[in-house]
Amino acid sequence: MSVRAVPRATGFTRIVRAAHGRAYPRLIGNFRDKTWTVYEILLPLLGTFAFVYVYKALHAPDRFVGYVIMGGAMTAVWMNVMWMMASQLWWEKKDGNLELHMIAPCGLLPILLGMSVGGIFMASVRAVSVVLLGSIAFHVSYSLTNIPAFVLVFVVALIGLYALGVTLSSLFLVWGREAWHTTQIFIEPVYLVSGIYFPVRALGFATGMIASVIPLTLALDAMRQLLYPNTHPKLLALWVEIAILAVLDVILILIARTSLKKMELMARREGRLGQES
Amino acid sequence: MDVPAISTRDLVRSFKPRRSVGREERSPIVALDGVTLQVAPGQLFGLLGRNGAGKTTLIKILVTLLLPTSGDAKVAGFDVVADAPRVREKITMVSGGEHTGYGILTVREQLWMFARFYGMPSRAAKQRIDELLEVVGLYDERDRKVGELSTGMRQKMNIVRGLLPDPEILFLDEPTVGLDVGAARDIRAYIKSWIAAKDGRTILLTTHYMHEAEELCDRVAIIHKGRLIADDSPAALRRRAAGGSAFLLTTESLDGAVALDRLRGVRQVAARAVDGRTELRLVLEDDGVISSVVQALADARRRILSLEKVEPSLEDVFVRTVGERFDEPGSEG
Repeated sequence: MSVRAVPRATGFTRIVRAAHGRAYPRLIGNFRDKTWTVYEILLPLLGTFAFVYVYKALHAPDRFVGYVIMGGAMTAVWMNVMWMMASQLWWEKKDGNLELHMIAPCGLLPILLGMSVGGIFMASVRAVSVVLLGSIAFHVSYSLTNIPAFVLVFVVALIGLYALGVTLSSLFLVWGREAWHTTQIFIEPVYLVSGIYFPVRALGFATGMIASVIPLTLALDAMRQLLYPNTHPKLLALWVEIAILAVLDVILILIARTSLKKMELMARREGRLGQES
Repeated sequence: MDVPAISTRDLVRSFKPRRSVGREERSPIVALDGVTLQVAPGQLFGLLGRNGAGKTTLIKILVTLLLPTSGDAKVAGFDVVADAPRVREKITMVSGGEHTGYGILTVREQLWMFARFYGMPSRAAKQRIDELLEVVGLYDERDRKVGELSTGMRQKMNIVRGLLPDPEILFLDEPTVGLDVGAARDIRAYIKSWIAAKDGRTILLTTHYMHEAEELCDRVAIIHKGRLIADDSPAALRRRAAGGSAFLLTTESLDGAVALDRLRGVRQVAARAVDGRTELRLVLEDDGVISSVVQALADARRRILSLEKVEPSLEDVFVRTVGERFDEPGSEG
């Protein structure tokens, strides 16, 4: 079998290549399997529409419809973080891919980075689709003047959310199905405390601040401030919220890295990396 | 002296059974119990054992997926616990019955993705993938989705994945399990040609199939209940199982005319009369002793009608070493 060997990069180049490699199935999957349009756009949109009708029935100001549409968009992102990021290592373990990922010399972090990049692309497409469809359906108008700030908030939020996803995914290295419960804790309660369908200030300042541990809370509040600059009941000043989100990103990335290392060691010690039935 | 490709010393791995509600805590299961072995670079080393014998546990420790409970293990000179990242630079692993990968990708895309994990540049990786797919006869399927492949095709693709980064040490865990005869034979052929193509390439192969170990391995170890109970070349193991060199010799009727068992180097003689001839089953100290036997028969004016060297199979070796048949029921999964 005389096939010539190919030189292999190490260091940063390999990290980039590995991340690119793992992002690819996610990116290409968008075009090959279009069922996501149903369960990741249309279905969340139905829930969103239900809240729109609640506000309409109450004759709430129009901006509340905008709040709900933004919440619906961020739900798509949040669901992607939970299903396609946090629990992804469980699927990888179930399919036997995890062992191959673990023994690859690039390490797990670039692979998770690739999953995140692919996930961020998918989530962004979904979020934009929800905003467009929702806004067209309900003739929502926004007074967005600072587009760069809006994009900045969205990007900073995505980084934090996906870092949180990586942290949660590390739990699946050790705990399989048990980690589902942890993930479940992060789904429904987060809808409530992050103010997905209403301004988080309604929960009170203290609760809002506690809920800000999840980047979704401040991201939604900041985006709503930018969409409705004069009328939105803000939690904190816009740039304070952006600064906190940026700090959260750093903290969550560090936690993700540490957690991944510890969980990998624990999984190797306890023999939990193998395929689950 | 070369650094061994693989070395272990007193390797122990036990598992705590998971506790279930209302049940008493059970004692740990010992999967590996003091395994010590050395595999030199360039060897194709076979590990034989029944299900639950400890083969996969050993491989998982060596490929850094599992930590040993105690003892040391080194791969390419690096400790599998302290230097796991360096070990990973040198190895790949292919398991039998693998259904890994992403069904949505094509064969080529799937292999490309794994190549990227090893830091290979895109274009060169694609070129190598095509070359290897050609070698294993899967080139025409390169644009087919992984989810649509047959088991045999999938395993050939997995073999390509294992060879793609050109590892120093390849771990093959039951690579032909569940494959049809043709696909298994093809895979054995690639394994042989891969290791022969470059000096220093090493393979650790676990298998259920004795004939596979016979055909492929330079050295074979038998593992049973977590212990290594034999470790030698297949020929030496067979010789040991036979108690020496075994021959089957047919001659004109002897009727006690020659006392072969008194010859130096003859360990055992079993004679039986068949159609007016005598069939002798001889166990000799070594192959050279047969000349004394032939001479003794010539001196007694008995013609030799046939002479055949009898090789016990590895299956016989296994039965004699372990004391049970290889496929005996009751083995753990």
